[in-house]
Amino acid sequence: MARATSNRQKLITSIIAWAAAIVIFFPILWIIVLSFKAEGDAIRTPLGVLTSSWTLDSYAVVQDRSDYLKHFFNSVIVAVGSTLLGILVAVPAAWSMAFVPSKRTRGILMWMLSTKMLPAVGVLYPIYLLFIQLGILDSRTGLVIVLMLINLPIIVWMLYTYFREIPAEILEAARMDGAGMRAELLYVLTPMAIPGIASTMLLNVILAWNEAFWTLNLTAAKAAPLTAFIASYSSPEGLFYAKLSAASVMAIAPILVMGWFSQKQLVRGLTFGAVK
Amino acid sequence: MMAPAVVLLLGWMLVPLTMTLFFSFKKYLPLRGGDLGWVGFENYVRFVSSSSFWPAVGTTLLIVGGVLVITVLLGIALALLLDQPIWGQGIVRILVIAPFFVMPTVSGLVWKNMFMDPVNGFFAHIWRLFGAEPIQWLSHASMPSLVMIISWQWLPFATLILLTAIQSMDFEQLEAAEMDGARPVGRFWFITLPHLARAITVVILIQTIFLLSIFAEIFVTTAGAFGTKTLTYLIFQRVLESQNVGLGSAGGVYAIILANIVAVFLLRIVGKNLDA
Repeated sequence: MARATSNRQKLITSIIAWAAAIVIFFPILWIIVLSFKAEGDAIRTPLGVLTSSWTLDSYAVVQDRSDYLKHFFNSVIVAVGSTLLGILVAVPAAWSMAFVPSKRTRGILMWMLSTKMLPAVGVLYPIYLLFIQLGILDSRTGLVIVLMLINLPIIVWMLYTYFREIPAEILEAARMDGAGMRAELLYVLTPMAIPGIASTMLLNVILAWNEAFWTLNLTAAKAAPLTAFIASYSSPEGLFYAKLSAASVMAIAPILVMGWFSQKQLVRGLTFGAVK
Repeated sequence: MMAPAVVLLLGWMLVPLTMTLFFSFKKYLPLRGGDLGWVGFENYVRFVSSSSFWPAVGTTLLIVGGVLVITVLLGIALALLLDQPIWGQGIVRILVIAPFFVMPTVSGLVWKNMFMDPVNGFFAHIWRLFGAEPIQWLSHASMPSLVMIISWQWLPFATLILLTAIQSMDFEQLEAAEMDGARPVGRFWFITLPHLARAITVVILIQTIFLLSIFAEIFVTTAGAFGTKTLTYLIFQRVLESQNVGLGSAGGVYAIILANIVAVFLLRIVGKNLDA
């Protein structure tokens, strides 16, 4: 609220807000610190941790012992692959709903959103069985397909809301000026649709990267993305705080950065437009 | 042009759902004899009359309810705070929403080991510093611990949505109320809160849908022990761990019905907004 406030009041609210923010962010901050420590130092008292020496060893160890990069690339392929595939399927659908709406458009959209609310566990065994039959259990292909399907409603929905903001008059104007179908698509529509498509992709890469029901249940050693790889630390041997921290930091860092750029898309995509 | 998306989602919904329904009426034990014939509604009766059913219902309600109360109340407070003029607003916002982008397996394991471990955890060190006996968080206070972990993950979501709603508020109305001598509490109670009512409803509904299917956090922390077995987790154990597919599928059908009840309310709000 752009209201004149005294500096003193601003100082007090600032201090409270910063304190709250640091408390909330602290767990992440703490694993960043631990990831730069030796295993023996990582279990010391907080003061002991902070005063011990810093090292990059854990990052190297994680890679050597568990082939971290393989799982990282699994995550990349699954998140990006499912998003691209989803966009490919969703763009025509969202496009026709936004520009050629019919009486059924609304119903179809609502129905699509309702599939997103289907609890995964309710169809766990059928999917598991189908995956075995099709030979895609523990494969990246299988994960790409499932994650594409679970996020498809959100992709269609977001694209639809973005496309609807493109004014139809612009198309008419272009046609008046003698633009052909191809020119219209290439020079008028595409540039206007790209920001919306990019935002949609951003949010969906984040959602797919962090998905942890299907990735845990449908993969083993081969296709496991980071979500499932990290879960293997739930039954660790010996000291592992520094290793777990390093693996975690690498797993969340790219998404944290993307997430910070996607605050608006998050609200739009996850509330289905119910909050603006 | 909607066809590919519609066909894919229809297939994704109908095929596994039909299979779940099919299995739910069978005695089906893949590892112990396979398909042992039709049993009518026996699985449905057995699922609700098993000794783990009601505790699972209680656990589910406690997690959903606890997380909702914490995230909505703290979310409102944080949203009001972040709406004030403060120094470093952008950074504070980034720190506050960060937990949402941490993958569930990471946040589960980080809380379990680095914070709640009774020997080397951060909390244990703090407790010892004050001469207190460290708490066995995940075994002796398993439910509060889980609610805390999950609230940490979902607080940013609630905050972000509520902040978006606050920022769309009619600022002149607040100013008029202030001129008329309304105190801050009164302004919050009679203007801000009613304005937030719909956003709060949306947060509650969306979070309920996601919280009902919480899985990874339990999987990596307690694996369902110490009274943390939710309905979702119970079904997962029936289907994949004990491979009693018929019984698990009946549970799955219950889960789907439950989620649908919530979804109806959410979709009604979304639908209303679509017309506007």
